[in-house]
Amino acid sequence: MFLLLGINVANDSVRPKKIRVLPGFKLTLGFTLFYLGLIVLIPLAAVFWKTTTLTWPQFWHTVTMPTAMASYRLTFGASFCAALVNVVFGLVVAWVLVRYEFFGKKIVDALVDLPFALPTAVAGITLAALYSDHGWVGQLLSPLGVKAANTQLGIFIALTFIGLPFIVRTVQPILEDLDPELEEAASSLGANRWQIFWRVTLPLLTPALLTGFALAFARALGEYGSVIFIAGNIPMKTQITPVIIMQELDMFDYAKATAIAVVMLVVSFVLLLAINVLQWWANRHNTTNLA
Amino acid sequence: MTPVATTFHPPRQIAHRHTTSEPPAVRRLLIGVALGFLSLFLFLPLVFVFTQAFAKGIGFYLETLRDPNAWNAIKLTFFAAAIAVPLNCVFGVCAAWAIAKFDFRGKNVLLTLIDLPFSVSPVIAGLIYVLVFGAQGWLGLKFPQIADWLTVHNFNIIFAVPGIVLATIFVTFPFVARELIPLMQAQGRSEEEAARVLGASGWQTFWRVTVPNIKWGLIYGVILCNARAMGEFGAVSVVSGKIRGQTNTIPLHIEALYDDYNFTGAFAVASLLAFLALVTLGLKTWVEYNNAARNEIEITK
Repeated sequence: MFLLLGINVANDSVRPKKIRVLPGFKLTLGFTLFYLGLIVLIPLAAVFWKTTTLTWPQFWHTVTMPTAMASYRLTFGASFCAALVNVVFGLVVAWVLVRYEFFGKKIVDALVDLPFALPTAVAGITLAALYSDHGWVGQLLSPLGVKAANTQLGIFIALTFIGLPFIVRTVQPILEDLDPELEEAASSLGANRWQIFWRVTLPLLTPALLTGFALAFARALGEYGSVIFIAGNIPMKTQITPVIIMQELDMFDYAKATAIAVVMLVVSFVLLLAINVLQWWANRHNTTNLA
Repeated sequence: MTPVATTFHPPRQIAHRHTTSEPPAVRRLLIGVALGFLSLFLFLPLVFVFTQAFAKGIGFYLETLRDPNAWNAIKLTFFAAAIAVPLNCVFGVCAAWAIAKFDFRGKNVLLTLIDLPFSVSPVIAGLIYVLVFGAQGWLGLKFPQIADWLTVHNFNIIFAVPGIVLATIFVTFPFVARELIPLMQAQGRSEEEAARVLGASGWQTFWRVTVPNIKWGLIYGVILCNARAMGEFGAVSVVSGKIRGQTNTIPLHIEALYDDYNFTGAFAVASLLAFLALVTLGLKTWVEYNNAARNEIEITK
């Protein structure tokens, strides 16, 4: 892989930049930029344009109103916990799928992507009904005094469902490509199985786990469909930030909705940057290992 | 000669077995934990959708799906996907061609911008189109002629079908491109260049060399794009206005039935989308299997 990259780089520097054998550069790049601008960039810019209709105190007042502040704490907290739980269970699932053989493994492997493929509204009503007091899981939980429907626990459950494939699918390929010689070497030097996992395998998987965590966290922050049904959307208690935006939109208060959207967008962009840096780090990490 | 050599046993045999795997008890525990977690979060919800859908019998199920509002929602969903998927497909191929086959400045910025719709909350994806095309929107303020022309011709965008199509295009924007770009970058440009040197025209090169090479990646991207297009909820619910029988897509119709406490009806319609999800997963696995088989053949060659 590294070698191939090297050859490509060398070729590029030798080839005179002006001569292009392949046609269609202007056409395809032109269309790409046009379509990107029309569908994504101009509409996104409208958010920042709309914010300028608010004065700074108005903007600050909107984004710090008590319901919004409560929603940030809830959205961040639940997304963080869900992503953390997924790191643990996602690693176990990836480990089991890569290293062990068991009956029905291929079907399990395919079904891990279900949260990607299942529309969020379907996931939403299903989780809400499953965890309601009369639902299959809810009626087992209620004698224990645990209530998931219309509580923050419910939001956490929905976000865990949504985030699972992100961790499994980022860790799985790294685990598959892991050189068994590293673990064998550690063993021949006298490490036991637990030490090998803790000191050799886990550090090698850390970049992938962090990337998966960041992807699951970012997705959970913006999640709407799978959460609103189980959350019950009680003000100050179980309203996630997208629900606050939706509420302002329903009252046709576009400026307020936009102000809160700007906060979410800025957080998403920072996360996107962090994920890119993480992935770059993970790639470098792997290349160094191979070399 | 000396009996030492014959009594020598490889000392690392036990340790070696331990290095490649865990003790059987730990294995069983880990498999149990993984399957338990997946059962609770994946299998149980999936089984639940289908059992609830048929809770009042097949008659009620069919009646729910034959309802004119349901039928309208199904048609609208297919309509939106039929526009969004081909457009994003053309975009994906163009973007991948430009990025993989040529060198230009700002390529990394372009790659990040293409991924942008994935990091935007669906609710915000809907909101941005309301801000552009809605009442007192950007278009109306900056280009009143266009906005007036649209009003005169009774062509509404927000709370109407065009808005739904636009929101669907936005949320499915990167799917095909992000499948094709790494694939075409890995394949390089030598095959296309060879075809050109041998006298093929640009289109011939594209259809006879590039398309067969990217076929599976393209199918893969289209499958994922379509699944998301038909299942999108948040973005569409902002721009749709939720007029029953007119601007409700399948996911919005599910919400409407659920809010009416018609749970069996909601799950009956939801079972359509759950079935679509299963078909998507099946096709995805099939494509991955084909792709892996093809790669193996190429390696053995």
